[in-house]
Amino acid sequence: MKFLLIEDNSDLAQAICSRMTQDGHVVDHAARLQDAFAYSETGEYDLILLDIMLPDGDGRSFLKRHRAGKKDTPVIVLTARSQVSDRISMLDLGADDYVTKPFDHEELQARCRAVLRRKSGTAQTTVRLGNIAFDPVAGSLIVDGVAITLRNRELRLLELLINSPGQVFPKHKLFDRLFSYDEDVSENAIEVYIGRLRKHLDPSSLRITTLRGLGYRLDYD
Amino acid sequence: MTETVNVSGSLRRRLTLTLIGGAAVLAVVLFAVVRLYAAQIAQQGQDSILSASVTSMLDAAVLRDGAVVVDFPYAALSMLSTTSDDRVFYAILQDQTLLSGYKHLSPPNGSFPATGTFLAETPDGALIRVASDSRTLVGADTRTVITVSVAQTQEALQVTLNDISRRVALFGAGFFCLSALLSFWASASTITPIRRLTSSIARRGPQDLSPVASPVPSEMVSLVESLNRLMGRLDKALSQSEEFIAEAAHRVRTPLATVRSHAEAMLHRVDRDENRKALRAMVRAIDESSRAAGQLLDHAMITFRTDHLEREELNLTDLLQELVQRLTPVAEMKDISLLVENTEPVLVSADAILLQNAIRNLIDNALKYSPMESEITIRVSASPTPTIEIWDQGAGFPPDQIANLSSRFSRGDNAKGIIGSGLGLAIAQDVAEAHGGALKLSNLPGGGACVTFSL
Amino acid sequence: MRYILVVIGLLWPMLISAQTWEDQQLFKGETPVQTLRVLSSTDTGFFSPIIQSFLAANPDWNVEYLVTGTADISAILQQSPQSYDVVISSAMDLQVKLVNDGFALKLPSISHPDWAQWRQSLFAFTSEPATIVVNRSAFRGKSIPANRQELIRALREAPEVFDGKLGTYDVRSSGVGYLFATQDARASETFWRLMEVMGGLKLRLYCCSGDMIDHVASGELLVAYNVLGSYAAARQLQDDRFEIILPSDFPTTMMRTGFVSKETKHPVAAERFVRHLVEGRYFATGLNTSSLPQLGLYPEGRNPTVIPLEPALMTYLDKLKRRTFIQEWSNAVIQ
Repeated sequence: MKFLLIEDNSDLAQAICSRMTQDGHVVDHAARLQDAFAYSETGEYDLILLDIMLPDGDGRSFLKRHRAGKKDTPVIVLTARSQVSDRISMLDLGADDYVTKPFDHEELQARCRAVLRRKSGTAQTTVRLGNIAFDPVAGSLIVDGVAITLRNRELRLLELLINSPGQVFPKHKLFDRLFSYDEDVSENAIEVYIGRLRKHLDPSSLRITTLRGLGYRLDYD
Repeated sequence: MTETVNVSGSLRRRLTLTLIGGAAVLAVVLFAVVRLYAAQIAQQGQDSILSASVTSMLDAAVLRDGAVVVDFPYAALSMLSTTSDDRVFYAILQDQTLLSGYKHLSPPNGSFPATGTFLAETPDGALIRVASDSRTLVGADTRTVITVSVAQTQEALQVTLNDISRRVALFGAGFFCLSALLSFWASASTITPIRRLTSSIARRGPQDLSPVASPVPSEMVSLVESLNRLMGRLDKALSQSEEFIAEAAHRVRTPLATVRSHAEAMLHRVDRDENRKALRAMVRAIDESSRAAGQLLDHAMITFRTDHLEREELNLTDLLQELVQRLTPVAEMKDISLLVENTEPVLVSADAILLQNAIRNLIDNALKYSPMESEITIRVSASPTPTIEIWDQGAGFPPDQIANLSSRFSRGDNAKGIIGSGLGLAIAQDVAEAHGGALKLSNLPGGGACVTFSL
Repeated sequence: MRYILVVIGLLWPMLISAQTWEDQQLFKGETPVQTLRVLSSTDTGFFSPIIQSFLAANPDWNVEYLVTGTADISAILQQSPQSYDVVISSAMDLQVKLVNDGFALKLPSISHPDWAQWRQSLFAFTSEPATIVVNRSAFRGKSIPANRQELIRALREAPEVFDGKLGTYDVRSSGVGYLFATQDARASETFWRLMEVMGGLKLRLYCCSGDMIDHVASGELLVAYNVLGSYAAARQLQDDRFEIILPSDFPTTMMRTGFVSKETKHPVAAERFVRHLVEGRYFATGLNTSSLPQLGLYPEGRNPTVIPLEPALMTYLDKLKRRTFIQEWSNAVIQ
């Protein structure tokens, strides 16, 4: 997916950009309000991440103009302000959701997914591989035309594996992506989820191969 | 936090009493003055008649063949008839010898006021007013002084005076009553601008610190000016604090965000276990400080706001649905299902922002302490009072610490390894109590905790 | 010696009150407990119906009615004011002086028209004119004079007829006579001319109306001047030999008055007696009863012909004025 990140703190912006690129998305970065206007007018984005405190203006004016322009690209606000009144006014101005800094990247992703799901029209995010159709945004897995209900973590595990088929993922890598830092869970919980996913993918042409000592790999016929 | 104001006296009562007191004094003075004046006039009236009588008697005195003849007219005594049938006395003296008349009118020791009017007493104790005058009769070889005194009791005079007194007293009383009424009205109308100012200030919303715009009388100008200055300073201080808080939030959180993002990114690149552990610890620490900062800021905001609740009519069920929607992505990350059990509206008059803050903190706590793939159920009910119950399937509250859990900064024993602070519960309790309600913690018999937030 | 002193002591009160009364009568009530003493100048005959009706309503009282001349009442009362309860007289001037000098008790509960009472102490209960009483036979064939002027003319025309046959009050000894004379003199000069004319015809002087009426009736007098009309009218019921003339030029009407002595021993009963007098319920309706003429109650206020009841009445009681008047009167009347 294509993201527009409007954030003046370059360190933070770099971190976000590299993380998103790692996940396979395209990110445009604007550090100032002026650049933000320029980007949003010329480009077509799936989602805009907006920092409220910008050096040359208040991000709210971007929101206003964005909504006036009748573009329906969803906007998630990144803010350090935690006053409820601020949040409410942002939502009133047209933001779809907000995330307070510092934020958990997984939470940001989850919110992006939720916002995109609400906007629907997510045909382009569906991944077809073999006899499965997997939409990470909508969170749907269709195997041979049969819809299979997956839990959230299972979905994210599948998304991770499907984004890089044939790549070997060590257990700890998967663990870090799926479990938040405060969860008191051992790495072996991954095995449980791999097992569950295998069961769901049984009728499909996808297979998860365990490479002892190395990790897991998604293969398809 | 409003302390009772130190009351000393009452402006209205002071004004009313002063006016009434003044009116009373004036009425009494009026009565006294008029009475005095009336007494003077009445006495003058009696005196002039008495003098006329004396004159008519004196005029009739003649020397005839060396003897004094006073053939005074009927009118001399007739003119002394009054409506009260006052008694009449007279004395005709020739060179201090009583020729005819009443003995008691001649002075005892010979000191004789030749002219004038004075008060005296009859032998039987009645008060009389006496008028006297003298005339010298010159005969062929004699020269003699005739003195005539005429006296009258003062019963008619007294009747007149009493009548006048009664009338004046009535007028005085009437005047006083009117003045009393006027003073009530005057003091009420004088106090009205103060009352108007009071109600216009009282009607303001809790956040309204704008200067007083309504017109005030000139005496209140310096008071209102000081008030406006005070409010201006307060407003400035408040917005400065708000600015400070927002600025602090921004300044603290932005670098934290940077650090966290980098740590997260790094975590995905390192393989060595001890590096991963260190980075995870770093991120945990950042999250804890961020959460703590957030809660401290929340708490500061709530402490200020609980004094000036902005109540509005809202639907608790709607409020919880919105909160749940907002927190669902976070719940989903742990595969925790978060749902509101009921759909019927529960109306309540409360401060929306405080409520959202409190409940969000409670749900946050529940999310933190619930294991993955568990359920958090929220139930909203209207009776006996509007209540929100949050049930989770976590480890529950340590039983001996349920009472203490809500005091600031305490953490339960089973919170080890889990980021959080008792501040969340303290915030929720403060909000509940500000609305006249309460926060109750309990453990479920089958495991898990229940938090009851009632208004 | 002691025995004589005791006798004198016992008799002393009687000696002191050895008054010569014109009349002294005790009217007994049915169940008498106490006695009310009334000092009066009115003949008992006129007063008995009044007293009888009072006793009928107050049976536990006696009334001792003492009659004396108007001129003596003042001195008698002043000598022992506690011995008399009610004082009645036709001499208005003397009564007013007594009340002015503080001898009367105020009776505030008796309501009487203003002109008929003074100081709520002195109350008038009759109005009686001064009249001229003439023997009918003296004027047979001639017109009876209607006023003083006509009387003067009649006397001048036939002096020989009237010589020594004229009578009037001796003002030196009669209170009511003095009152009438002084009021006449106030009113008009005609009085003095009449007195001069009558004096020139050997005017005879009397103490009382009763005697004058008797002599006119018998013919010893042909004309009596300033006779109490009430007495004359009462006599005329039995004797029609005389005519009563109300002089038309200026009438002189006196009011009989009464008061309660300030030092009375029976204030309540005395007040009741005066109230009884004033209410006038004793006036008999029958024609044949000798009674005093009722006080006329004039709707428009005071009776215009009545001598006003006011302190000015004391004017002619003044020593100097009295001396002057009596001197002038004597000069006119005694020639």
